[in-house]
Amino acid sequence: MTQRDATPFLTVSGLSKRYGAFTALDRIDLAIGRGEFVCFLGPSGCGKTTLLRLIAGLDRQDEGRIGIAGRDVSHAPPAARDFGIVFQSYALFPNLTVAANVAYGLVNRRLDRARIAARVAELLALVGLPEQGDKHPVQLSGGQQQRVALARALATSPSLLLLDEPLSALDAKVRTRLREEIRHLQKRLGITTIMVTHDQEEALAMADRVVVMNRGAIEQIGTPGDIYRNPATAFVADFIGAMTFLDATVGAARQLRVGAVDLVCEDGRGFVPGSPVRLGFRPEEIRVGNVRPTDVNAFQVRVRSLEFLGAFTRARLEPSLDLGGSLVADVSANLHGDLALTEGQYLYVSLPPAALRAFPVAARA
Amino acid sequence: MTEALALALPEAAPARRARVPERLVATVLVAGLCLILVLILALPLGTLLIKSLEAPGGGFAGLSNFRTYFATPTLVEALVNSLAVAGITVAVVVPLAFAYAYALTRTAMRFRGVLLALALLPLFAPSLLSGIALTYILGNQGFLRGLLLGHSVYGPIGIVIAECLYAFPHALIILMTALALSDARLYEAAAAMGTGRLRTFATVTLPGARYGLVSAAFVVFTLVVTDFGIPKVIGGQYPVLATDAYRQVVGQQIFPMGAVVGLLMLAPAVLAFCVDRLIRRRQSALLSARSVPYEAKPHPVRDGLSLAYAGLVAGLIVATYGVAVWASFIRYWPYNLGLTLDHYDFAAADSDGWTPYGNSLVMAGAVAVLGTGLVFCGAYLIEKLKVFSAGRAVAQLLAMLPLAVPGLVLGLGYVFFFNAPWNPLNVLYGTLALLVINTVAHYYTVAHVTATTALKQIDPEFEAVSASLKVPFWQTFRRVSLPICLPTVLELAVYLFVNAMTTVSAVIFLYGSGTKLAAIAIVHMDEAGTTASAAAMASVIMATALGARLVLALVNRFVLARAQVWRRREGTA
Repeated sequence: MTQRDATPFLTVSGLSKRYGAFTALDRIDLAIGRGEFVCFLGPSGCGKTTLLRLIAGLDRQDEGRIGIAGRDVSHAPPAARDFGIVFQSYALFPNLTVAANVAYGLVNRRLDRARIAARVAELLALVGLPEQGDKHPVQLSGGQQQRVALARALATSPSLLLLDEPLSALDAKVRTRLREEIRHLQKRLGITTIMVTHDQEEALAMADRVVVMNRGAIEQIGTPGDIYRNPATAFVADFIGAMTFLDATVGAARQLRVGAVDLVCEDGRGFVPGSPVRLGFRPEEIRVGNVRPTDVNAFQVRVRSLEFLGAFTRARLEPSLDLGGSLVADVSANLHGDLALTEGQYLYVSLPPAALRAFPVAARA
Repeated sequence: MTEALALALPEAAPARRARVPERLVATVLVAGLCLILVLILALPLGTLLIKSLEAPGGGFAGLSNFRTYFATPTLVEALVNSLAVAGITVAVVVPLAFAYAYALTRTAMRFRGVLLALALLPLFAPSLLSGIALTYILGNQGFLRGLLLGHSVYGPIGIVIAECLYAFPHALIILMTALALSDARLYEAAAAMGTGRLRTFATVTLPGARYGLVSAAFVVFTLVVTDFGIPKVIGGQYPVLATDAYRQVVGQQIFPMGAVVGLLMLAPAVLAFCVDRLIRRRQSALLSARSVPYEAKPHPVRDGLSLAYAGLVAGLIVATYGVAVWASFIRYWPYNLGLTLDHYDFAAADSDGWTPYGNSLVMAGAVAVLGTGLVFCGAYLIEKLKVFSAGRAVAQLLAMLPLAVPGLVLGLGYVFFFNAPWNPLNVLYGTLALLVINTVAHYYTVAHVTATTALKQIDPEFEAVSASLKVPFWQTFRRVSLPICLPTVLELAVYLFVNAMTTVSAVIFLYGSGTKLAAIAIVHMDEAGTTASAAAMASVIMATALGARLVLALVNRFVLARAQVWRRREGTA
């Protein structure tokens, strides 16, 4: 992870934006450290792009303040905020050559031609497109165009890089490669970066910290490992990775009653005994092989269906005792081979107490 | 990426200039645009409205002018005549144009490009030319007058035929657009279910084109009700609204009554405008992004019949205009059919000689240059700058207004506003400058919509990227938006030029002694009975307009194609 200053580079406090009756952002507070790579992650309409555009100054907030590098830029025009931006559509100027695109922001700064040319060459080499300066954008592939857009955004050495779904328009293979490259470049330059994405895999792979958003509010901020392992809300748990939810009631001493079964759960969270909760666990956390009926949280299930997904097989399991729903378990290809699972088969599975998470019912999204 | 590169990027010398307040500049520009549009559109039309409520001797008269109007049988007669003529024209032209558009878009007949170009011919001539041509063909000396079985062409018959010719391309363009918006998948689905041709036509084709048909009907109706040239030339003693308005204002100087007639003409146009808006909103929903455009497969019988029909219609149009051109070279129709250039010596027919043509060229040139500049910059301000949204909304509304305002009505508004003693701008009255302003205002909407459409196709994030690179919007306008839109800009200039050359209806009220235009000279020469010279002047206008269009085609083909290499792979990108 990148080294960070103690004082945040970017601060957002109480930021709100409404479009008529629709609240796009509701009192957002956020601090981002210098050199950090932060992803805004959430479903479409969650406000992540709105938040990015407010930070850039492309739209104006109704309330709240934005500070960049200790300066209050709440009402500053975009040009006074010192950032570079890359859009999903690349937004390259089609009538200008690649070199002219990259030099677009430099020409305005009264640098002499030689210095501009040198800088453009340096940037094109940086994004892996040396010698392509004389081409026009239409002659490049989507991935190459996005690299040019990145070079253009970095040309003026901004202190902040904003990426608005930069990879969404690209093929899966190109996307994976480019995301590694962007991350690599960001680390080397140490530039503070915010990326908006709706792709959780992208966010987990790239970010130092992920800001999960829903309905104009922040659900959770944390490292990728953090939000995956310890989701703060049922929404985050469901949005990041897959999760099976069951209705449960809190019993005494780390006990949860699910349907006709009592389960041991380590996730206390101070629920009052007797109160209803949502119990969640991830498909890969259900133990399928070598489970004895006497193990903790073990019960019998019937395999209802199997879905082959390559590296693993997703099994839908029907508990023999009523649990108020069926379970989904991911079984790795190896284990699947050892167990020789078939549809209709009966077997024992267990839910490790550490894997069970309880969420308040109200937070159900 | 090259791993070896040492990457402490140097700060790129932020030698910043004193920053120009971009938002302030943008706001001032939008406000300026609003001011111009208010001045050239809102105030003249407002004055017209007020004038209609004024007593003939001055003072407020309320609705009494309207009461007087409807109590005067001769005035009401003109209203009824106008509605009748327009109704008949719609009934004739819309089906004819629909069949023509169908042949062009839904069949694989040959010569489609040529047949489209021929059908658009009337757009390049003043509307009067079709009237003049009819006087040669069906008039008292016409070689086909026997076809009328003793009826006179001077009156409703002549008006309807001439209006049909004049309105045909307008209806054709709308209907072609409607028919082009079709999803091939729907036809394949119909065929897969074994649907017959007629049933497919009734259940797929017609519903798709329904809105286009309504829109075409309204546009033709409005064109006919508000056209001044044709009734003037071939209407004889048959009064219609447009000639009535001219008579009230220019002949008898009864301004309030002229205003009342103007407002009556505004009614169908405003109705057409509203219906059109409503339709457009629905039409766009018909075609989804996944639609596949329909392409007709060859079908010998259908294609042959289509070609015969389209050839006949195009032939009639070309022949009619051809007769007018031919007649302008004839010594003395129909007695001496020898050829001569005498009628092009306009000084013999009208004391102004060739001067009106020179005036028209200067006026149309100025309209093309200034109008294109104003319209395109205006569309950019409205579409791309996110400042002063109230101002941009007002400008957008005003920019759409001229579509609902017939030229004659706008001309009346200009008379009342720019000729008023209290208006300091009345120094403009009678000058070429006012003719330019009026013509720009008259054709503002179509040009504005074209410019806006082109600008909408440009990535909306260009301005955001520029802002992030600290480049002001006017540089991006100059370096990116304008070069990308260059073909559209040239298209606008030619559109405005052609219309400025051919228009009669608005400028007939506004020209002064030294600023008579060629199209107005046609009216005068026709009135004076020197019809051959009128035809000659109209032919010169038509040749000029076609020439402008040809130059555009050549520029597009040879200059732009070469200069704009970057467009080449646009289709595949």
